[in-house]
Amino acid sequence: MSGARLEVEGLGKTFRGLRAVHDVTFAVPAGAIHALIGPNGAGKTTIFNMIAGVHAPSAGAVRLDGRQISGLRPDRVCDAGVGRTFQIVRPFKGLSVLENVTVGALHRQPRLAEARAAALDILSRLGLADRRDQVAESLTLPDRKKLEVARALATEPKLLLLDEVMAGLRPTEVDVMVGFLRDLNESTGLTILLIEHVMRAVMALAAEVVVVSYGEKIAQGTPAEITRNRAVLDVYLGEEEVA
Amino acid sequence: MSGIPPRLLGVLGLLLAFLLVAPAVLGKYGLSVLILVLYFAYVGQAWNIMMGFAGQLSLGHALYAGLGGYVAAGLFFHYGLGPWAGVFAAVVAASLAGAIVGYLGFRFSLAGVYFALLTIAFSEFTRLAFDHWSWAGGSGGLFLKVDGSTSLLNLRGGPVLFYYVILALAVGALILSRVLLESRLGRYWLAIREDAEAAQAVGVPVLRCKMIAVVISAALTSLAGVWNAFYYNNLFPETAFSMGRSIEITLAPIIGGLGTLFGPFIGAIVLTGLGEVFTDVGEYLGIPGIKQIFYGLALLAIVMYRPAGVWPWLAGRIGLK
Repeated sequence: MSGARLEVEGLGKTFRGLRAVHDVTFAVPAGAIHALIGPNGAGKTTIFNMIAGVHAPSAGAVRLDGRQISGLRPDRVCDAGVGRTFQIVRPFKGLSVLENVTVGALHRQPRLAEARAAALDILSRLGLADRRDQVAESLTLPDRKKLEVARALATEPKLLLLDEVMAGLRPTEVDVMVGFLRDLNESTGLTILLIEHVMRAVMALAAEVVVVSYGEKIAQGTPAEITRNRAVLDVYLGEEEVA
Repeated sequence: MSGIPPRLLGVLGLLLAFLLVAPAVLGKYGLSVLILVLYFAYVGQAWNIMMGFAGQLSLGHALYAGLGGYVAAGLFFHYGLGPWAGVFAAVVAASLAGAIVGYLGFRFSLAGVYFALLTIAFSEFTRLAFDHWSWAGGSGGLFLKVDGSTSLLNLRGGPVLFYYVILALAVGALILSRVLLESRLGRYWLAIREDAEAAQAVGVPVLRCKMIAVVISAALTSLAGVWNAFYYNNLFPETAFSMGRSIEITLAPIIGGLGTLFGPFIGAIVLTGLGEVFTDVGEYLGIPGIKQIFYGLALLAIVMYRPAGVWPWLAGRIGLK
């Protein structure tokens, strides 16, 4: 597993005349961790959905290692090496934790026994191994968030899209997740793009931050630069204190 | 057959042994009841692949059974082509019908009840078409000659012959279901059933998997239709493609346990058993239609108190989980 370079160029999305995203351009170099932040409704998840193939962009393109992936079906985007989590977690509720992750692992390991072994390996790395036989529905929210990450990782992505995986976690749990993602990034070179409101995690993980507001990119830079950026402070950070 | 608890394997072995010798042990009546059980277990198993595994609700499965029956019976009636050859044509016809219904539904993202309505619509207009198709006998029906001969080759014979054929089908469908469930395809089906969008995000080709489910389910169901046509020797569009036939197919897995391997079989035993008991009760009371009322109430009670089905509860009770 190694990371892929993500390029988002002039990306736009209009829903029945409503401009959700307009002319957003940024790139995440292979192996880097970047964050996408912005107020609620700024279009972050729409951008994610265009990268992941859920929505076809109205304008612009998404490229992974130079290959265009925008317009592909979500399962094809997964083939290309993009794993994603959902902001509102979507486990396969009736299946066990192990079976959930196994479905992801089957993508690269067509044999059930091998996929199970791969899934179990990922579960132990995320500290979920002892819950493997539990029905996903019965997990607590922090564990469901971990399960989302585990299932996405099981597809062996080159780019991981994390949509607010820290939301709802206690500070200590945030630190554990941050530690896990940092280790994962360092050991595998996996490229990570995260949407996050938890500034503690953004500051700790992201080399660069892309800020969107009303569907447009208004700033990009290191976390330190972003916290001093006038436009960002106006629309976003001014509302709450930065950790 | 790894991964099945040894105790369950033992019970299954005993059950199979009983079913194999049953015609010698049971009388005519007992055998006819057992034939019904196996028929509902088999069609239930076929339907369960689509609904229980892949989560796609079909309320028009009579379409596939009817098509299968008509194709095989029509070929036999008109050209003397035996059912073992005709069955291939039957399977092709039903698979094609399944593929059309599936593609229209899945490609245009009809989900849940809307997809179910589509399946009903196809079944209904096929019924109307057959009502007016003289090759298939029209609304007057298609009748197969009963000459009293016994021939496995032409599927002509008495109840014992049909019993063994439906037994083989039921056992085969159970094994096939198990093999499918323990494969990548089977796991993808479960994922689609639980959440299609999340499944697609982890690389599941949702449309293709759903199409395979509907085609396999339709093909298996058509075999039951062929069996049915040669067992009863008559076919009417009014019954072969009826809504009642479609509903009947769904009952055993719903009562027995949706998405479980043994649900359709257990459900078929419960349903057929109840049906027989209430027929007797109805005759004893002499009130017309009382059978249906009791039957309906019993199903209502089971669905209310065992919403996950009888089998998951039973398996837990007798330690076969």
